[in-house]
Amino acid sequence: MAVEIIEGCVNCWACEPLCPNQAIFASAPHFLVDENKCTECAGDFDDPQCATICPIEGVIIDDLGIPFNPPGSLTGIPPERMAEAMAEIQAR
Amino acid sequence: MELKVLGQASGDLPVSKGCSAGSCGSTDDQLSQLPDSIREKVFNHPCYSEDAHHYFARMHVAVAPACNIQCHYCNRKYDCANESRPGVVSELLTPTQAVKKVKAVAASIPQMTVLGIAGPGDPLANPDRTFTTFRQLSEEAPDIKLCVSTNGLALPDSVDELAKHNIDHVTITINCVDPEVGAKIYPWIFWNNRRVRGIEAAKILIDQQQKGLEMLVARGILVKVNSVLIPGVNDKHLEEVSKVVKRKGAFLHNVMPLIAEAEHGTFFGVMGQRSPAPAELQALQDACAGDMNMMRHCRQCRADAVGLLGEDRGDEFTMDKIEAMEIDYAAAMNKRALVHAAIKEELDAKRQASATARNPGIPAHYRPVLMGVATSGGGLINQHFGHAREFLVYEASPSGVRFIGHRKADQYCSGNTTCGETESALATNIRALQGCEVVLCSKIGYEPWGQLEEAGIQPNGEHAMEPIEDAVLAVYREMIAAGSLDETASERALA
Repeated sequence: MAVEIIEGCVNCWACEPLCPNQAIFASAPHFLVDENKCTECAGDFDDPQCATICPIEGVIIDDLGIPFNPPGSLTGIPPERMAEAMAEIQAR
Repeated sequence: MELKVLGQASGDLPVSKGCSAGSCGSTDDQLSQLPDSIREKVFNHPCYSEDAHHYFARMHVAVAPACNIQCHYCNRKYDCANESRPGVVSELLTPTQAVKKVKAVAASIPQMTVLGIAGPGDPLANPDRTFTTFRQLSEEAPDIKLCVSTNGLALPDSVDELAKHNIDHVTITINCVDPEVGAKIYPWIFWNNRRVRGIEAAKILIDQQQKGLEMLVARGILVKVNSVLIPGVNDKHLEEVSKVVKRKGAFLHNVMPLIAEAEHGTFFGVMGQRSPAPAELQALQDACAGDMNMMRHCRQCRADAVGLLGEDRGDEFTMDKIEAMEIDYAAAMNKRALVHAAIKEELDAKRQASATARNPGIPAHYRPVLMGVATSGGGLINQHFGHAREFLVYEASPSGVRFIGHRKADQYCSGNTTCGETESALATNIRALQGCEVVLCSKIGYEPWGQLEEAGIQPNGEHAMEPIEDAVLAVYREMIAAGSLDETASERALA
């Protein structure tokens, strides 16, 4: 049982000091999680701490590849509105 | 070795005359209302006076990437090099790199008096990085003032540490004192190992901000409050915020306009929340000014800005360039003290020279007039209309000349094709000058002259190289003499 940090991470360091297992480390192009150390915070906290402070949607996923913070869950921007806005900007 | 550093020896400071003599480029309601003890601390702080910012420079170091809350006007992904707004940064520094950069800049730009840590996240959510930087700087560069800005969530836990360093200013961003309003601005906070949302989150944040404000004031640390004006969300509410923070001892309130563009990817930008018009910002600042010292010339700079306000020399001080520099800081401090003393002398002379703008002796029935000014600094009308990147706006009235604020002449993004320039620069400038009846500049071309006149704004190039306040007052007197101000406001509206 381990989380994974994937592309899109902005290297903001917020998660790193919170990990009870020191499983998170800086790397290029983005932070990574040592899967042998990560426990998803079981026994320490109700929720994985990294995913609880992470400001970027979709970049921390569980064993099944499901993001803890799906699109729209952190910014409050409905994904369809975001897609529309991006299309408008592209069309300029 | 004892160095004479401005702001530390109270005996030689322009306390009694100070900015109240009216030449601070500003304003009754800015520095001059402050008690002498506070004015002593801030008179050479470029962020606190329109006048000082032409002479003294500041810098931010980006050592604090993490944040503990989300604001609807912020997007943590953004680091566009062409962007100039808070939270944006190009290069993250370690504390050691930051200290090296600060000393390099202080040696190269001796006018640099202030170092701030402002992000790009929340400085107090990165306590190790932030305080390591402050600790090293107070030891190695004691002639630099330190300041920090925060959302306030972690502030109560940081006050003891803040009090240990050379920090006399803390800025707290307070957008509301009502959790119902807060829930529309902050989607979540990270608190006690949980992501807390909605009104509950806003209430915790507000409580922490207010508690932190009270604790800082109790320690004698100056507190400035920043608020972002968000039309329809907290615009009415900010008058209440101003009253509350003043009562608790904040010394200055800085209401800034929301920056919201869809291309920034922020909630407010993408959802179409509009930014306030310049007149709305001014009306709110005036409404709050009865209760509170208001700040009117904030340029909303980046979390890694370097130089005078409104300019950014960050490119000259990238880490690879700094690594190659040899810095003798002891020598630099001597040079800096000399430069600061010379600036102080110049500012004092200027203050004495133009006391006339304060009490012009004009009959009280004439209405006030707003004028835009193109200046490249030094308190003079010395810029070509077409070269202006911003216009300073002054109000002339029977009670004198006061600085109202600045208007950006070009938009936040320039020259980047993805940002889409939808209107010509001239049209942008005319829109920026909305509400002004005159624009003063050193020179102006034929085409903009005509278009400005059509828009009801009289261009004036006759006061080139004159001090701004003297020129604004002179033009106001000319308007009175010409009978332009004889009609009442309602007649003018009908015309």
